[in-house]
Amino acid sequence: MLTIKNLHASVEEGAEILKGLDLEVKAGEVHAIMGPNGSGKSTLASVLAGKDGYEVTEGSVKFADTDLLELDAEDRAKEGMFLAFQYPVEIPGVSNVNFLRTAMNEIREYRKEDKLSAKDFLAKVKEASALVELDNKLASRAVNVGFSGGEKKRNEIFQMAMLEPKLAILDETDSGLDIDALRIVSEGVNKLRSKDNAIILITHYQRLLEYIQPDFVHVLNDGKIIKTGDKNLALELEEKGYDWINEEIAQ
Amino acid sequence: MSNTYTEEDLAKNLEEQEYKYGFTSDFKSDKAPNGLNEDIIRFISAKKEEPEWLLEKRLQAYYAWKEMTEPEWAHVNYEKPDFQAISYYSAPQQTKKYESWEDVDPEMKETMKKLGISLEEQKRLTGTAVDFVVDSVSVGTSFKKKLAEMGIIFCSFSEAVENHPELVKKYMGTVVPHTDNFYAALNSAVFTDGSFCYIPKGVKCPMELSTYFRINEGGTGQFERTLVVADEGSYVSYLEGCTAPMRDENQLHAAVVELIALDDAEIKYSTVQNWYPGNKEGKGGVFNFVTKRGICEKNAKISWTQVETGSAVTWKYPSCILKGDNSIGEFYSVAVTNNFQQADTGTKMVHLGKNTSSTIISKGISAGQSQNAYRGLVQIHPGAENARNRSECDSLLLSDRSGAHTFPYIECKNNTAKIEHEATTSKIGEDQIFYCQQRGIDEEKAIGLIVNGYCKEVLNHMPMEFAVEAQKLLEISLENSVG
Amino acid sequence: MEVVADNKVLAFVSDFKRPEDGSKVRQQALDALNGMDFPTTRVEEWKYTRVAKYVKRKYKQVQTTANVDQFKIADLDAHQLVFVNGFYDEKASTILEDDTVSIHKIDELDEGYYTDLMEDTEENVFSLINKGYQTGGVFIQIKKNKKANHPIHILHVLEGEEVMANARHFIHAEMGSQAEIVTSFASNNASNGFTNVVLEGHVETNASIRINKLQTEAKDVLNISNEMFIQDESSNFLINTVTTGGQLTRNGLNVIVEGENCHTEMNGAYLGTEKQHIDNHTIIDQLYSNCTSSESYKGVMDDKSVGVFNGKVIVRQDAQKIEAYQSNKNILLSKGASVNSKPELEIYADDVRCSHGSTIGELDEEAIYYLRSRGISKKSAQQLLIAAFIGDILDKIQNEAVRAHVDQLFLEDFGWRF
Repeated sequence: MLTIKNLHASVEEGAEILKGLDLEVKAGEVHAIMGPNGSGKSTLASVLAGKDGYEVTEGSVKFADTDLLELDAEDRAKEGMFLAFQYPVEIPGVSNVNFLRTAMNEIREYRKEDKLSAKDFLAKVKEASALVELDNKLASRAVNVGFSGGEKKRNEIFQMAMLEPKLAILDETDSGLDIDALRIVSEGVNKLRSKDNAIILITHYQRLLEYIQPDFVHVLNDGKIIKTGDKNLALELEEKGYDWINEEIAQ
Repeated sequence: MSNTYTEEDLAKNLEEQEYKYGFTSDFKSDKAPNGLNEDIIRFISAKKEEPEWLLEKRLQAYYAWKEMTEPEWAHVNYEKPDFQAISYYSAPQQTKKYESWEDVDPEMKETMKKLGISLEEQKRLTGTAVDFVVDSVSVGTSFKKKLAEMGIIFCSFSEAVENHPELVKKYMGTVVPHTDNFYAALNSAVFTDGSFCYIPKGVKCPMELSTYFRINEGGTGQFERTLVVADEGSYVSYLEGCTAPMRDENQLHAAVVELIALDDAEIKYSTVQNWYPGNKEGKGGVFNFVTKRGICEKNAKISWTQVETGSAVTWKYPSCILKGDNSIGEFYSVAVTNNFQQADTGTKMVHLGKNTSSTIISKGISAGQSQNAYRGLVQIHPGAENARNRSECDSLLLSDRSGAHTFPYIECKNNTAKIEHEATTSKIGEDQIFYCQQRGIDEEKAIGLIVNGYCKEVLNHMPMEFAVEAQKLLEISLENSVG
Repeated sequence: MEVVADNKVLAFVSDFKRPEDGSKVRQQALDALNGMDFPTTRVEEWKYTRVAKYVKRKYKQVQTTANVDQFKIADLDAHQLVFVNGFYDEKASTILEDDTVSIHKIDELDEGYYTDLMEDTEENVFSLINKGYQTGGVFIQIKKNKKANHPIHILHVLEGEEVMANARHFIHAEMGSQAEIVTSFASNNASNGFTNVVLEGHVETNASIRINKLQTEAKDVLNISNEMFIQDESSNFLINTVTTGGQLTRNGLNVIVEGENCHTEMNGAYLGTEKQHIDNHTIIDQLYSNCTSSESYKGVMDDKSVGVFNGKVIVRQDAQKIEAYQSNKNILLSKGASVNSKPELEIYADDVRCSHGSTIGELDEEAIYYLRSRGISKKSAQQLLIAAFIGDILDKIQNEAVRAHVDQLFLEDFGWRF
């Protein structure tokens, strides 16, 4: 589904952050990408989603048979890529429902599907908001405006449930969540897991992985994946810290 | 008519969606020779079979106008119109007055259809009474009978002069005297028609009253007057929409709107102004120089809501004179400028009575190479004990070649007043645009969405079906504004 | 400014001695005055301030001496330059030993050099009268990469009847230099005087200038001050203006920011009583990217006094990433007092964050009630609240000696303690 080969990227007119990253994600898989601050985790998410301000200098990214890097940000979304933002953006005056309806209609038009009827749309809203125990009222409020940190993160997963992406990248979705909220968000994600879609979890801590079991754990350091393992790698990291890996590799 | 567009042109224009309403209609019209002098004014007055007192008023205004100069203080730059090169009377030729909607010229009905405001449809869907003014002449007022039963008068200005001269005589010019300013004086001298509305004591008008204005004829100016009188304890919601054909030349629109809210009355006045803004290079477009003002008596309330997307140059300050104690004035405005448009718009809240309060919410959006200025006055007079004002003026910039300017004037002569004014100017949020894009919404739509959200507070004050139209307009007028 | 046939300006200056020093700059100013008139309230910049009754007077330029001891700032340890009626009073002045600054008479300033440094500033009729008829001033250079050892205090005193003081000063802060300037304005045995002073300056790259300006003249004085500064890249400019004196005070403060990474700050506290009229008129003109400016003016108006604030921030095309903030807050203490506030933003670039706020109101009645319920008298309660209101502006005065002087002034004039 997603094939990243030798990806190099830098901030515009600035330092190189990704320095030859390789990653292969297949349908049905959950990958966790872990790493210390500044290792390039969020840059990877931004580059994949097509945010301005980054320059890809080398390498390729293939997503569902298309050259991802050639697509505009919105077309990547239309192709089925979803990014749950680390810091969800507030858009005053635009209701969540109106926002999602616009998005869904654009995506469906792109895929040459019929527009969703208002009735079906609302049924879906109900279903998706129940999934993350999001108060119905939040759906009619302006996008992320006045939401608590936990509500914003749940709203991201709510949107994920609505848009049904092929690939979801969850960027530090666990940060700032208390145990209850973490459980709700994780359960929501688990319910959305299927053999047809894939998930990339970007996280600093292991605790999210207790709730969402990854098939693979990758350690990102200095712009490269330096170690790949199963969920036990995460436990090991938690216990020994990132320095341990560096030392291990140095040997 | 030389400037008629073919269907093909029209189709192309619609495709480009630059100016949706830019077609001309081929009614036979009755046009005065260009220029302005006493004879022209007598011609207009005679043509309209006006009483002597009105001619007298016109002439007084004309003499006053001759002594005035065009105002220069606004933050706009344009070539001053040659007032002797304009035709001051252009009426669609009509052999008889329309008794009912069915009598209206089919061509005109077609025009309305193109405008998306077919009266029949309006009647059916919204129960809105519509007065339709083409080139300053009122051509059809629907729902008249139903309103008449309640004592509500809603008709063209000319009909009001003919049938209700005592009301017109009593109120016309009391809020905007002919000496008020250059354009108001000009209007008072040459106005050809407009709308008149009277709501009797204690009557709540059961439907939105609506006027659509359209400049059609080339080389003409539009000078209409609107007079709304809400008698004690009454209520009315009034809508006004404006369009004009696409023309290379600049067309002048100098209107006067007077609102009178007597004790305990409330007037809600909403405008969607979509005059032709000129083309992408800034050629053509309407000069919109409008004087709008209302006066509130005791416990009365006037609320102005406007969505301004059109015109090449806008000069407009819908105002409230809060004369009566406890009266309330409100101004909610969205002004969008794109390409080479220029707008200098805002409001005046003049607090005279005790416990008067006013609210100003203004959202300016500048794109392309346009200039968009908010200019507002809050004036607290010595007798206005406990007056309150809150103003919020926000400007959003969509392009690095556009300008956004904020010029508030706050004058306070009473120590018990409380005035709070806040303004911000910023760029549209790039992170917001990216967030939308990541959800599959393209940049242009994202901007439309964000701008509509930005203007929510204002749009919320519009009647529902008008707000929908306004939202669409915002999106259309911001197309190709990215960058 | 409007052009008129019968020239009131020429009539106004007709008795002034026409200086014959061959100065080109003077001559240009005198020529420019020919086509000028005094502003009326129809001129937008003077909408709220009427000068007509003053400019009908025939003021005199009189050189004299005055007792200035009472106007010195205790413990300031500054270069003290005294101007009586706009003439330099050498005896009353003290110039300390200091290799970080050089202080000269304004006439010693090279005109070509001056013109180069200040070519972009705009003059008005009053600053031009000053330029044409100035009777003295100082030219101060803060030397490259030096921090001035002492503050520089320029003290202006009016003495006599209907005198006019036309002093003109120029500050050149060389690259990387830093200095603190105090300008103060007082009157002594004077009646109906007119202070018409210009302070100009150029703040070069990485230089920093802080000015504290104190206006405490008698309440029959007309004070028109023009401060015109140009900032180069990465420079700082700050001015705090405290106004309690004057019948009519008009501060025209104009800063043109001609480089990136500059910071410009203007703060003002004005307190009006009787029939005082205090007008603060500011312009910050941002020509380059990545600059910040902050403006905060607070007024307390009592009796029949009038406060005016007109602040304008201009962000020119392509001057991106500008953050500009403007605030004007006013308290009206009495029925006859009034305020006109006009904060303006003129923005021609898009990537900016600019905002302004303006408030007018009375003292918080609830707060007064609360304080009274704790046993504080109404008068003390009001005083406490005003002190709290105006205090954060006075806190911008970092120099302790100047601050102590201002506190003393408020204590004497209003019985307020901070």
